[in-house]
Amino acid sequence: MVELVLFVIFGLAAVFGGITMVWARNPVYSAMGLMLSMFSIAVFYVSNAGHFIAMVQVIIYAGAVMTLFLFVIMLIGVDKAEDRSENLPVQRPLALGLLVLFGAGVLLAGRLAWTTGPRSGGSEVNGTIEAIGDAVFRRWLLPFEVTALLLIIAAAGAMALAYFRTGEEEA
Amino acid sequence: MSLEVTPGWYMALAAVLFVIGAAGILLRRNALVMFMSVELMLNAVNLTFVAAGRQLNVIDGQVAVLFVMVVAAAEVVVGLAIIVAVFRRRATASVDELAELRG
Repeated sequence: MVELVLFVIFGLAAVFGGITMVWARNPVYSAMGLMLSMFSIAVFYVSNAGHFIAMVQVIIYAGAVMTLFLFVIMLIGVDKAEDRSENLPVQRPLALGLLVLFGAGVLLAGRLAWTTGPRSGGSEVNGTIEAIGDAVFRRWLLPFEVTALLLIIAAAGAMALAYFRTGEEEA
Repeated sequence: MSLEVTPGWYMALAAVLFVIGAAGILLRRNALVMFMSVELMLNAVNLTFVAAGRQLNVIDGQVAVLFVMVVAAAEVVVGLAIIVAVFRRRATASVDELAELRG
């Protein structure tokens, strides 16, 4: 019962945040809508026994990533209202039609038995730090090391882009 | 009333969130908002991972979410650096203005 109430409240909040993100003219409002969606998804992680990743979701996504987004929005300037004109003539109706079809297809596929049947046997999954760490440092050790490489490459690439020289400086 | 919230419900919600993110990609022309839409789509897929992991009683779904978060963080860093670099050169964040490869 508690889970149902949480699902309804935060499901509506997540959808509302997503629609706000797409709809809002001001990018700051878009960022706030996305933040609402991310907090709601963190609640769903908790109700699905993902305690550790819920914490990571709040710290990394709602904290670090959204702060980075807000920094860039402030850097670029929010006063430049986006021109809502569309260059492609049938882009918008076509996009909406395809999205409705896509959503209906995904929801139909979600009615298959493996998403609605009884849970698999064995012990209930419990996403504590111990359980996640045990999986990461045993079975998933190689992917974990590769992500370390990826993060270093991303940081180096971002620094290289930040020192991007404009044409006037090169001349 | 004993209405149980099955993982299928979470997957349906994730599908709705994914479609909203795809709508942001298709309908908006501001590079920052399009980027936020990508983040929403990644979050929707993460929710699917967690729900499926609970259904199948494996922790691997949550480990996959952790890796997706790492990749998304790296992607945000590089993507926002590209947006700022483009803005410094062109003074716009609209993707329609970037119709040619010439710097």
